[in-house]
Amino acid sequence: MITTQNLTKRFGHVTAVSDVSLDVREGDRYGLLGPNGSGKTTLVRMLLGLVYATSGEISVLGHRVPRHVHRVLPEIGALIEEPAAYPHLSGRANLRLLDAAGPHGARRTRRSRVDEALEQVGLAGIDRRPVRNYSLGMRQRLGLAAALVRRPRLLILDEPTNGLDPRGIRDIRDLLISLNDSGVTVFLSSHLLPEVSALCTRIGVLDSGHLVLQEQLAALQKPTGRVQISTDDPERAAATLDGLVESRDGADLVVRSADPAALNARLVAAGVPVRSLAVQRRSLEEIVLDVTGAGSDQFGVPGSEEAAAPPADPQDRDAS
Amino acid sequence: MITVELFKLVRRLRTWLSIALICALPLAVAIFIAVTHLAPPPGEGSAFLSAVLNHGQLYPAAALALVLPVFLPVAVAVMAGDSVAGEATSGTLRYVLARPVSRTRLLVAKLIAVITFTLLAVVAVTVTSYATGVLILGPSRAAAVGTPPGGLSGSIAPGAGGAPTAGLQAGVAITSLSGTPLTTLELVERVLGAMAFITVSMLGVAAIALFLSTLTDSALGAALGSLAALVGSEILVTLNAASAVQPYLPTRYWLAWIDFFRQPILWRDIQRGFAIQAVYVVVFLAAAWANFATKDITT
Repeated sequence: MITTQNLTKRFGHVTAVSDVSLDVREGDRYGLLGPNGSGKTTLVRMLLGLVYATSGEISVLGHRVPRHVHRVLPEIGALIEEPAAYPHLSGRANLRLLDAAGPHGARRTRRSRVDEALEQVGLAGIDRRPVRNYSLGMRQRLGLAAALVRRPRLLILDEPTNGLDPRGIRDIRDLLISLNDSGVTVFLSSHLLPEVSALCTRIGVLDSGHLVLQEQLAALQKPTGRVQISTDDPERAAATLDGLVESRDGADLVVRSADPAALNARLVAAGVPVRSLAVQRRSLEEIVLDVTGAGSDQFGVPGSEEAAAPPADPQDRDAS
Repeated sequence: MITVELFKLVRRLRTWLSIALICALPLAVAIFIAVTHLAPPPGEGSAFLSAVLNHGQLYPAAALALVLPVFLPVAVAVMAGDSVAGEATSGTLRYVLARPVSRTRLLVAKLIAVITFTLLAVVAVTVTSYATGVLILGPSRAAAVGTPPGGLSGSIAPGAGGAPTAGLQAGVAITSLSGTPLTTLELVERVLGAMAFITVSMLGVAAIALFLSTLTDSALGAALGSLAALVGSEILVTLNAASAVQPYLPTRYWLAWIDFFRQPILWRDIQRGFAIQAVYVVVFLAAAWANFATKDITT
């Protein structure tokens, strides 16, 4: 669906994107991760023909970009950074206007397509209020609706859940998953690890313009060969599993074992009360921090006060 | 895309507000003249203004002369300067281009919207000032207070062949600047010609502002930049030392529309006026295109 080869973009002396070879396959829910300023937006803009590459090649839906971008764009729905709309017009009028501006927007079906897109993003009930009076979350939903109006084969979404509350984030995630199930390939960029972790099947990690990782999420998160055990009697558990215990933190043990069932049986046989037992997988955060080789405080804009924001808050731009 | 741009033009409050303001200036002038009966003496003040007390039907020509030097070009520069830069700032430009709309088509649609705006403004000024002229100025009132016969003034038209000297008798048929009478049909034709010429005269400013609008993301900067070019041109046009470049200045033939009111019409400057505007449109639209088509859209 999207491939780039050695894609590089320099703005003056600043290299925003460096030697990126992206590979997004049909049916993927691809998450491009990277801190702010890592080149995500520049990359997205190059895919859409808005920014011209310094070197390298781009192919989207089988066509060369930017040369044949006019053939590609009608089949793409895009959200590029923040949504934008004409503030004095209503949401509906904005969608109709944008639809009328380009090709493949049949007037006959415009009304129904616009209504359908608004319903998909949960804005079915909007009235004639001008966009000027919309909340941030409503604007974001409207931007997503604009991307959906032409029922695209490929969605390219830059930070799609920006400004949404937790419920809105889940709504949009469910929507993207159901669209993906019906055959739409989703490519999104985000700096929010939990969001990508919950939604994507494949990830790429961008660090200072370099693509440092690109892999199926399931492959990255395969079991580490360790089991996490929580017990009321850690002393006896440690004694029973002598030699396998890798670390111990109060009532929690990390045990080297590929077979959690056998482990459980041994503990139960020894009379150890097991509270919980779980196969250890690497979290996305660990994976990303590992490849970016940066502390979590650097997974954000250097010097930004937002960089140290707690990861639990999805509204924060630099949660890491 | 063109219909979309026109829709955006007519749905913006700003469009109608600026047209209303442009129409308000001639109205205010007419009210002052009607109240005081003090029209500028022939040969002074804005073109045609000396004659309007005698001939209210001529007020559209006087009104166009009033809005031409500042009001109209300022409005056109603001509109054209905002056309690309404004959308870049608000972020809608990237969505329109990703829709996709080709960059060339977008520029042409923007220029057409600006021309449409200019035409709307010129028509609005003509219509409102005709009504103003007939209702509150005009021969009957002028004759009643015994205003001395005025004269049509063409003296501010640079390069106009032959200084108009014809006097006008109150209540007599409207005459051309050359002194021969004009029929109503001729008058209508000539007003239409003047409207077309003035609309075309704004194209140069529009093209410069549109070009600057593709250079910067600041709508204000683009509008002020083109106005600076315009003011510079208006100063150089009056400067004898700059006579070498004068034929190429965008405002050089701005007042040539007055030649429509001569008998016969003096086509030389009118044709040159059309030609110079065409050159400015071609050059600056090409520059705008060359810049915009290769530009990274990062806003």
